[in-house]
Amino acid sequence: MTKLDDRVRRTAGTTGGTASPPRAPGRRSTWERIRRDRVLLLMGLPGVALLLGFHYLPLLGNLIAFQEYLPFVPLGRSPWVGFENFAVIANGDPEFLGALRNTLVITLVQVVFVFPAPIVLAIMLNSLLSERIKQVVQSVLYLPHFLSWVIVVAVFQQILGGSGLVNNAIRAAGGDAIDFLGNPNGFIALLTGQVIWKDTGWATILFLAVLSQIDSSLYEAARMDGASRWRQLWHVTLPGMRGIIILLLILRLGDSLTVGFEQILLQQAAVGRSASEVLDTYVYNNGVLGGQWGVAAAVGLVKGVVGVLLVLGANKLAHVFGEAGVYQKES
Amino acid sequence: MSATRSVTVPAGKARKHRPLDAPPLPSRMLTGFVLLVICLVVLLPFLGIVSTSIAPSSQVNGAGGFVLWPEGLDLSAYESIFAGGVVTRALLVSVGITVVGTLISLFVTAMLAYALSRPGSYGHGVVLSLVLVSLLFAPGLIPNYLVVKQFGLLDSYWALILPTALSAFNVIVMRSFFMAIPRELIESARIDGAGDFGVFLRIVLPLSKAVLAVIGLFYAVGYWNAFFNALLYINDTAKWPLQLVLRTYVINNAQLGGADLGTSSDALPPQASIQMAILVVSIVPILVLYPFLQRHFAKGVLTGAVKG
Repeated sequence: MTKLDDRVRRTAGTTGGTASPPRAPGRRSTWERIRRDRVLLLMGLPGVALLLGFHYLPLLGNLIAFQEYLPFVPLGRSPWVGFENFAVIANGDPEFLGALRNTLVITLVQVVFVFPAPIVLAIMLNSLLSERIKQVVQSVLYLPHFLSWVIVVAVFQQILGGSGLVNNAIRAAGGDAIDFLGNPNGFIALLTGQVIWKDTGWATILFLAVLSQIDSSLYEAARMDGASRWRQLWHVTLPGMRGIIILLLILRLGDSLTVGFEQILLQQAAVGRSASEVLDTYVYNNGVLGGQWGVAAAVGLVKGVVGVLLVLGANKLAHVFGEAGVYQKES
Repeated sequence: MSATRSVTVPAGKARKHRPLDAPPLPSRMLTGFVLLVICLVVLLPFLGIVSTSIAPSSQVNGAGGFVLWPEGLDLSAYESIFAGGVVTRALLVSVGITVVGTLISLFVTAMLAYALSRPGSYGHGVVLSLVLVSLLFAPGLIPNYLVVKQFGLLDSYWALILPTALSAFNVIVMRSFFMAIPRELIESARIDGAGDFGVFLRIVLPLSKAVLAVIGLFYAVGYWNAFFNALLYINDTAKWPLQLVLRTYVINNAQLGGADLGTSSDALPPQASIQMAILVVSIVPILVLYPFLQRHFAKGVLTGAVKG
């Protein structure tokens, strides 16, 4: 690749094309190389500037986790306090522990209920005989994925809210309205239902792609051995999906500490913080709203570091299971 | 039996195990029924939202706020949100952010991806590592906020564009497309005397319309749907984008008066109708883009999964 590229560059450097004497890139002086690539460097500059300014500078800004942040002092001039801000984590501050527990419970519930939903749906879609019907159904089911959480939460309010569709029907039938949205005990179920409504259809894409790759001769062989349709599902379809299922599951677990931040923030007022606080909302509520910048940054930093370790660990685990690993999630 | 049949089936269809193995009719009907119910669960809320926004006020008030089918057509809710008040302004802000942001994002992403698609150029390794490492570790909310504040961008529209303008993941996807462009094309353009930027503009971009469309749509949906950045960085209600207005007046149910909407008329349509009209207005752009989104995003996700 590099060799070929060099040839292109050398060709480009001369008007004659083939006549230029070969020169190894290592022989060029740095200045010569900068001059040669100045247009490329200029083209990369805006992107690199954005990356440095809005990614690496904030990364460095995590140092305030070790400071007592004073809002009217320039960044980096606040007094250093060592690991004082990490005390909430080390000493197990109840509010922090509550947020951690909610985060992990929500992750667990979603792995159990949200994760299998698109697998089942993909198998059902795949069993449709008509391609056209399948496409129409897919078009409908993909749609909610593209709506923002603000819209999805608003839609759920119209259906389940106090004057929503369901409660109007209940009242019309003479019953008492049910408080679906403000009930702290039902909050995790509500979140889970919303995630299923929004993203199950979209999540079938990868599974459908894998299903279409399963060799049909395997089904024929199973049928000739007298396998029923359930046994074909168990012995052909599911083993064919094993790779993608393990991979996605491991990566979801690597993301354990991150659960629907915007989704929860939008609905926190209705159920109260103790039932709905997760690590990300803890950082927002205590930092930006509560003014405890150092503590919030410390919690965010620990969450980030643990998150990276989990993702790397998950990737390792994927390799152990013989999968390719390093799958990149969209948007 | 089935073995002899499958020999006669054309190669393209041979991979399908159906209809040789069509499931029995009852099971097919059950699957069809379940899928129909799922589709209705997705679609019915939208029907209700549109219906409520156009239903006559007497019907909406009588039903207690949400109707599934309008008994007439009353566009006064739309007239009131387009009268020049908060909603109109928020809509303009959102459109502006989305258009400007998407153009900036596409341009910056494409140029960086192109610079990175030329191994052996000066600084290639360092810049590529910068992009890749950034995928691994996100800085966190507090430092992000403090940096935006330090740059003096609070309450500026740029705070809604610049921090999210470059997605490292999109750079990587676009780079892999650029690298797949045949070398001979670039080489011949160079022989014809084109410089690096000329090759980018006249060879690479025209050959990459598909990937530019996909990634442009990614960015556009991202900007349109962004809510939290605005909550974090924009205090001035006059600069709110549509998603923040939605949260305030629809989710949090703040009352919209004539003064907010910019109308002098005393008889406003029911709040429920106004709220649903705002919701419709925020969904319509997504619906308009949806055919493109669906076609290209499905491809994009698979590409990301394979190449990313």
